[in-house]
Amino acid sequence: MRVVAAMSGGVDSAVAAARMLEAGHEVVGVHLALSQSPATLRESARGCCTIEDAGDARRVADMLGIPFYVWDMAARFRNDVVEDFIAEYSAGRTPNPCLRCNEKIKFAALLDKALALGFDAVATGHYAQIVEGASGARELHRAVDMGKDQSYVLGVLDEDQLARSFFPLGDTAKPQIREEAKALGFYVAAKPDSHDICFIPDGDTRRWLTDRLGEQPGDIVDSDGAKVGEHAGAYAFTVGQRRGLHLGEPAGGGEPRYVVEVQVATNTVVVGSAELLGIDAITGDHARWCGPAPEGVVSVGAQVRAHGEEIPATARADGERVEVRLGRRLRGVAPGQSVVLYDGTRVVGSATIATATSEAQSARASSQA
Amino acid sequence: MLPEAIEAMTAQMATVGNASSLHTSGRGARRVAEESRESVAQALGARPSEVIFTSGGTESDNLAIKGTFWARRDADPRRVRILASVVEHHAVLDCVDFLETHDGAKVTWLEVDHVGRVHPETVRAAIEADPGSVALVSVMWANNEVGTVQPVAEIAALAHEFGIPVHSDAVQAAGQVDVDFTRSGLDLLSVSGHKVGGPQGVGALLARRDATLVPLTHGGGQERQVRSGTLDVPALRGFALAMSHVAAGLEAEVGRLVALRDKLIRGAQEAGFGFQVTGDWEPGDGIRRLPGNAHLLVPGCDGDSLLYLLDAAGIECSTGSACQAGVPQPSHVLLAMGVPEQQARGALRVTLGHTSTGADVDAFLAALPAAVERAQRAQGATRTEQTR
Repeated sequence: MRVVAAMSGGVDSAVAAARMLEAGHEVVGVHLALSQSPATLRESARGCCTIEDAGDARRVADMLGIPFYVWDMAARFRNDVVEDFIAEYSAGRTPNPCLRCNEKIKFAALLDKALALGFDAVATGHYAQIVEGASGARELHRAVDMGKDQSYVLGVLDEDQLARSFFPLGDTAKPQIREEAKALGFYVAAKPDSHDICFIPDGDTRRWLTDRLGEQPGDIVDSDGAKVGEHAGAYAFTVGQRRGLHLGEPAGGGEPRYVVEVQVATNTVVVGSAELLGIDAITGDHARWCGPAPEGVVSVGAQVRAHGEEIPATARADGERVEVRLGRRLRGVAPGQSVVLYDGTRVVGSATIATATSEAQSARASSQA
Repeated sequence: MLPEAIEAMTAQMATVGNASSLHTSGRGARRVAEESRESVAQALGARPSEVIFTSGGTESDNLAIKGTFWARRDADPRRVRILASVVEHHAVLDCVDFLETHDGAKVTWLEVDHVGRVHPETVRAAIEADPGSVALVSVMWANNEVGTVQPVAEIAALAHEFGIPVHSDAVQAAGQVDVDFTRSGLDLLSVSGHKVGGPQGVGALLARRDATLVPLTHGGGQERQVRSGTLDVPALRGFALAMSHVAAGLEAEVGRLVALRDKLIRGAQEAGFGFQVTGDWEPGDGIRRLPGNAHLLVPGCDGDSLLYLLDAAGIECSTGSACQAGVPQPSHVLLAMGVPEQQARGALRVTLGHTSTGADVDAFLAALPAAVERAQRAQGATRTEQTR
């Protein structure tokens, strides 16, 4: 097959490209230029898409003897991922930009361009597995290395996209990948893992948002509505957050307080005790299915953050919407996060969390009304 | 690279000797260096004493512009203005930008017409605005992207009416058209080894004896005291050999390349994709446009897609534009010529040289339609995605 290997400049995508070549495919390396200022240098181990990363990717491609191109998708990335990220936070939600990037850029814009240029598929260094099911359809499964498993951020891919994707690292543990890179002579073998959000190189999401949205001072209130502090912009807070609240007085009983709700309309941050964070009912929209959509109520495992635990749950799909009942309560689930549903190691699909509530609370609320 | 140049260089590398030394082997090296200087001078219509060897075109441009700017300003502090064309290579553009940002230079950018040519009247008007403030004028001999040959002799003559020195970057022109330094009247002229079939990393700045230059590198005082550093004698030998070779065969080569270029452009036009030829093209002409330069605008596709598809078909071209971290940017030359940005992204530059043959042009024309169709589809694909 003719395959585009998406090469970020990191060790994973380097080995992924090498493995595709080793498997006998015709491979062309492509580095996506996603930053508006590609000439900047890496500030730390975080972030990516700098001129150094492009250079690292090119060096690996040269060593493999494959053609290498840089495709400029900075404008698309800005519109579909960065602007979306800002809009979601402005709406009081907590998005995961990696899912958005996979959905809109890597397995859409990149894949579409590759197909149009005559390629058959795209390969990336994601830790996940594609398994051919009984019917011959390709299924998305968790990686063997659960510590590195990235199936969560791929839960937005549909059958069509999976049919044209390769994740050659899913059956291997990360330390072995580094060994393999070393054996191949790649000097990126020891390059640190990238983490956090690539377009916020210093990792300070709140300051990054404040730079773009400006300070919008407002009140921090407790669950009874009493003012307990002030903030510089409700958008910068996430449900479940404890740090950075700067509340003067401790709560009665001295127990720690967390953000339990972000009300954008009134620019108010609501704080409360940890127990108010517990939720067990999720409604999601923007559902994406990695295979046929489930029918009726199905038993699944639900995961609400990239490296969070999987909770037994039931799910019911209704078009673009999904209702998920968790088998036990989870803390700190914010609207905007994605809930990814699993059947064993298989990814069933995902949805963006619209509401996350507690059954008990809902029952209490309705009985009071 | 020319096989004879490789052979001569390789032989020279086995010979010890520093051209600055006085002992026997040093004298041997010195002799080769000076013979190389004479060959380069002869090939370019210059005197040997006018040849300053450098590491290539970029260094030559930097030495010419910074060296002249500083020397002229030292002589008269009012001389801080640089006149340079907007279609220069980055070796000139960025050098001028540097002087503007870091050293108080004032810059008057010389506009071009729709074929990318600087008109002498434009230069005259720019000088006449304040003749006493001009440090130097820099206009390339021929543009590297669209091949337009500039009226450098006319520009030199008119600048000299005001006593202003003129530099020309002839890196792309040398070996393609007749570059005669003395006849041009220029004060300074840059050439590069690898563009004439010689090695990379060597070049020359031709400077009239009365051109004063403040050196960029200081040390042993080699090369008229303006370019210190031990000479790379094997590279000089390869460079000189290649330079003489192209000069000797120039007339026949121009005719051959013009025919190939015209065949390529006509063939592309006949393929029916609405190709637009940029710059100054007239079939049979090898004077107003570089003979080996074909530059086309391909409607509705990105140059980099086309580049990939043609490369996959065994044809190596370029978009002719600069990259930022590997990301193709629309060419500043095309934008200066008034080409809209979207069209400028679909640029395809095909350069023909001494190894190019009619069969190469046939292969290019055979591969072109499928590549263009596919590249246009690829752009279509990413467009629809945007609205999804």
